[in-house]
Amino acid sequence: MSAVLSPERVRLLLDEVVDPEIPVLSIADIGILRGVAVDDEGRVTVTITPTYSGCPAMDLIRSQIRSVLAQAGAAEVTIATAFSPAWTTDWLTPEARRKLEESAIAPPGEPLCPRCRSAETRVVSEFGSTACKALLVCSSCGEPFDLFKEH
Amino acid sequence: MTQATVTDRRAGYVLRHGDDNLVLAQRLSEWVSRAPELEEDIALANTALDHLGVATHLLGHAAAVEGDGRSDDDLAFGRTERQFLNAVIVEQPNGDFAQTMARQLLFDAYQISLWEALSRSADDVLAGIAEKAAKEAAYHFRHSSAWVVRLGDGTEQSSARMQRGLDRMWRFTGELFAMDDLDAEMHAAGIGADLAALRSPWLARVSAIVDEAALELPADAPQRGGGRSGNHGEDLGHLLAEMQWVQRTYPGLQW
Repeated sequence: MSAVLSPERVRLLLDEVVDPEIPVLSIADIGILRGVAVDDEGRVTVTITPTYSGCPAMDLIRSQIRSVLAQAGAAEVTIATAFSPAWTTDWLTPEARRKLEESAIAPPGEPLCPRCRSAETRVVSEFGSTACKALLVCSSCGEPFDLFKEH
Repeated sequence: MTQATVTDRRAGYVLRHGDDNLVLAQRLSEWVSRAPELEEDIALANTALDHLGVATHLLGHAAAVEGDGRSDDDLAFGRTERQFLNAVIVEQPNGDFAQTMARQLLFDAYQISLWEALSRSADDVLAGIAEKAAKEAAYHFRHSSAWVVRLGDGTEQSSARMQRGLDRMWRFTGELFAMDDLDAEMHAAGIGADLAALRSPWLARVSAIVDEAALELPADAPQRGGGRSGNHGEDLGHLLAEMQWVQRTYPGLQW
């Protein structure tokens, strides 16, 4: 059974689609979701933009978009990929930066320890647990933490 | 799989740069579980993943431009070595860690300039891919530079190996800046980069690191190319055999 979903409804549904590697962030929070269009026949086009070139989560995100919209009865779903303009961490919403800090991941920029807020940190490895993160350690409290790499 | 050669000129141009990234990704991933330390293992795997991502985007774009119904996977797994258009530097064996870092330094420095130029391409998909990749190339360069300095300005042995790595890779760098008919045509159309103009910023970037590492810039030697027209060394065949065998044995196999 198919339904005509409004673009607002589609966006609301897509809030459930999260980055599998940082599940506190939805694709809207990160800036992956670039556009939603619904035509008269109820066909949905979702435009997304890839983050880091090597991000392995994009395929899963595409299939999650399909499945969430199919469950809500969307007639036909097209997922378009926009390469230009290129995604940047400037597109992270303030909400996204807050959620990252709450999950002990320092948002991009000058790193602050997400636990004790110290600016005295050092890099352990510029390449971390995922393509988007570097591994740092706090010199004040001694705890290691992830930094969301500036891009 | 139908004909394997890409005949569309623009698709062929995009494919050259896609193949550079695909072959380098495969080479770098050979280090996984063998790097000198855990952080380095992760760094090389992540760098390989970045190159693989760029390759996926570029091969997908080449396939779309060609418009023949082929996918990025068809292009990656369905072509033979003579149909690969990568520059020969990326197919060079890893050698020791210093040789891998030498190759990476020279290639990262090149990609910084290349992506910067291609981010102004009239082909806006290519421009978008390049804009993103430029940031990654700068990140990779920081990593390879740090190692070249650490090894070059290290012990007698590490310095000798680093110098040998650079000397060995130097003869494959000329091809990166050579302009053939296709490069000239794509540059004139506003799609491609003026590769010859990238050499001087590249050399400045590389020289600064080589100086800091107390190494010698290799003397100009006869250059070895041919990759852009599919004339590769025998190493590429071995690399492709490992990369392609599953798809060649079970065409179209999926997870």
